[in-house]
Amino acid sequence: MLELTSISKSFGGLKVLDDVNLTVPQGSIFGLIGPNGAGKTTVFNLITGLIPPTSGTITFDGADLAGLPPHRITRLGIARTFQNIRIFKEMSLLENVLVGRHRHIDYGVISMLFSLPDYRAQEAAARTRAYELLDWVGLGGKAHEIADTLSYGEQRRLEIARALATEPHLLLLDEPVAGMNPAEKTELMKAVRAINERGYTVFLIEHDMRFVMGLCEQVAVLNFGRIITCDKPEAVRNNPDVIEAYLGRDDDANTRERA
Amino acid sequence: MFAQQLINALSLGSVYALFALGFTLIFGVLGVINLAHGAVFMVGAYAALQAVVLAELPIWAALVIAFIISGLVGLAIDILVLSPLRKRDAPHLIPMIATIGVAIMLNSAAQGLFGADTLRFPPGVVPDGSIEAGGLHITAVEIGIIALTIVIMVVLLLGLRRTSIGKALRAVAESPRAAALLGIDVEGLFRKTSFVAAALGGVAGVLISLYANAVYPLMGQPMLHKGIAVIILGGMGDIRGALIGGLFLGFAEVFAVAYIGSTMRDAVAFGLLFLILLVRPTGLFGKANERKA
Amino acid sequence: MDAFLLWFDEFWAVYSNLVLTLGINALLALSIWLTLACGVLALANAAFMGIGAYAGALATLNYDSPFALSIGVAMVAPSLVALAIGLPVLRLGGVYLAMATLGFGEVVRVVILNTESITGGALGLNGIPQYTQWWHVLLALVIVIFVLARLHRSKTGRAFEAIKVDETAASLMGVDLRANKLLAFVLGAAIAGLAGALNAHLTFFIGPQEYGFDRGVEILTMAILGGVTSIIGPIIGAVFLTLLPELLRGLADFRLIVNGFILVAVVLFLPNGLWDPARFRRWFGSGR
Repeated sequence: MLELTSISKSFGGLKVLDDVNLTVPQGSIFGLIGPNGAGKTTVFNLITGLIPPTSGTITFDGADLAGLPPHRITRLGIARTFQNIRIFKEMSLLENVLVGRHRHIDYGVISMLFSLPDYRAQEAAARTRAYELLDWVGLGGKAHEIADTLSYGEQRRLEIARALATEPHLLLLDEPVAGMNPAEKTELMKAVRAINERGYTVFLIEHDMRFVMGLCEQVAVLNFGRIITCDKPEAVRNNPDVIEAYLGRDDDANTRERA
Repeated sequence: MFAQQLINALSLGSVYALFALGFTLIFGVLGVINLAHGAVFMVGAYAALQAVVLAELPIWAALVIAFIISGLVGLAIDILVLSPLRKRDAPHLIPMIATIGVAIMLNSAAQGLFGADTLRFPPGVVPDGSIEAGGLHITAVEIGIIALTIVIMVVLLLGLRRTSIGKALRAVAESPRAAALLGIDVEGLFRKTSFVAAALGGVAGVLISLYANAVYPLMGQPMLHKGIAVIILGGMGDIRGALIGGLFLGFAEVFAVAYIGSTMRDAVAFGLLFLILLVRPTGLFGKANERKA
Repeated sequence: MDAFLLWFDEFWAVYSNLVLTLGINALLALSIWLTLACGVLALANAAFMGIGAYAGALATLNYDSPFALSIGVAMVAPSLVALAIGLPVLRLGGVYLAMATLGFGEVVRVVILNTESITGGALGLNGIPQYTQWWHVLLALVIVIFVLARLHRSKTGRAFEAIKVDETAASLMGVDLRANKLLAFVLGAAIAGLAGALNAHLTFFIGPQEYGFDRGVEILTMAILGGVTSIIGPIIGAVFLTLLPELLRGLADFRLIVNGFILVAVVLFLPNGLWDPARFRRWFGSGR
């Protein structure tokens, strides 16, 4: 459903991604792993239109994403979360998710001004859906709290609910378990699997090997801007190149998680 | 005629550059659009005037006094207003609003103390010599302005490049947080920058008040608008940019007056600014890396 | 009752201008609040006010247009200008946007100065009929507050707030940044123009100096001072900043110093402005 074809990206002469080819199949949970600075987040930034690729094409359900602004790409059915959580902190959980509903709410100025039935029906429907999504990620009971008061793990789950509110076909998760404790990780793993079972394709970037291996059907490994392998988790785990890329990187991963 | 215009443009541009220098220093190092810089400029002019009138000091001593007094005002603004806001990590708009309050205070204090009228330096204080050569007319004040601007510019640029303070300053301008991690006394540098920037603003105030022989409470406001144009033209937070932008504006204004008409003078600065921003969102000479203030 | 009416007549004779100015300032503060509410620091509101004031006053003076039509012209003219400059200007970020709009304001002022045959140049326009009645201002304020409050609670209001907090995240929620910012900018211009026309038909005279840098800063200050987290803030800020000089009248020459001091103090000690629902919640427990 998502296809990256010979994507390269340079920042001021520094090549961050070099001839990256990836295919994310419909309905799967796809993982992209790699050491720090391998260029993983850059891949997401390219897909979501935040930055343009230096060369190469990205297609989604057959449509070329080149030159589309982020909101148009979102409207095509791609949603994402961020490595460094970017929820709207001063808004309530409900409002956060309602922002995600933005393009699915459609009423005229007159309806809005005078609270006509059309307006009320649309707002009510958006709220119902928002409550439902918050329930999916286990935050239904906190809908009216201010997002800033949530714990780290809860904020990540709120971000997922907000992304789902845009009704994507493809959900991009950028290091969803970074900074979480083991219990939270297990809980999130369940949540992601449940989301996938509801028919969403999930593409996640992760540092935590165990999380990726336990969840993904297919894993690609990015090292120094190049894809070194893309295969089933067991095969990736035993790939000598991957082992070398990760050698001695474990404590690096740990410090990042504590940060 | 053309050569005469060049000289006029050079001296006007020098004053703009001198004013914008302090303005851009504060922005580059502290990340604050200091809308009180015009008021500090005015403080310098009044300080020099009082030194000349009350203490009967020569003009060079008055310049030194203006340097110190406006520097102290800048220091006070940093300690009392900007520093607490920094500690609170206030969003970038907030310090700017605070400096508006400071500007109102200083401007109205001047009005209360010295009245709203335009004051002038007593005769004989302003050096009235001039050079006539080949049909050109250069006054001593103009020579002084240009020379002083060059000297200050050279000292600043060399200082920034050669001294350890300069290196630290550049590190802070890049990233205050990283600089603090390197063991640089960031707060201390902010203080020093505030002093020097305001002191330079004060000197610019004295020079322009000598140039126009006029000192009045709101004299800093039009200058502030020009200063904004200059640092946008030159690239925000860039010292050489302040010089280039100042001279550029000086030339644009003088030649607009000479060849288009005097009413267009004020339109030039902001018309240029507006157009340039549309074409180059980070200013004419600004680098692509945009630092959000 | 008669005594009250008598008192009111007296009060109104002295203070009617102040009260109406209060309302007009509240409109101006709301006009900039709209852009601030979606994270856009545009300082062109004084210029839009000026465009509205001149457009409305010229319609009245030259074409004998009815007041309602003049008001309409005063709202449409700055909106069109905002639409034209909005697209290129709103691409700019943060401080650069502020400076460009400030520059635009100066351009407007100079254009007014240099089109003497139409605008009277530096002498301004004299003899504008004083059409503005108290209920005009009140009605304008009620309508604007109503529209903005409804907008604030709608999907557009949520989109604005999302843009203010995090542009990137908002765009990835499917929010069209440019369209929303442009909407806020143009609507803000219309409100500023409305305030300008009401003011012009109140004060008999308008001149280019009224719509310069200082006015722009004053408008911004009213909104920030009051607090931009809700629609009430700018109104409180406008009331506060309009009344403050009156209340400090006894201080004569030094009242502006106190004015400036209070501004600094509010910024230092009330980070979110005078009207800050979050602070009230902290003080009075959670009422949400």
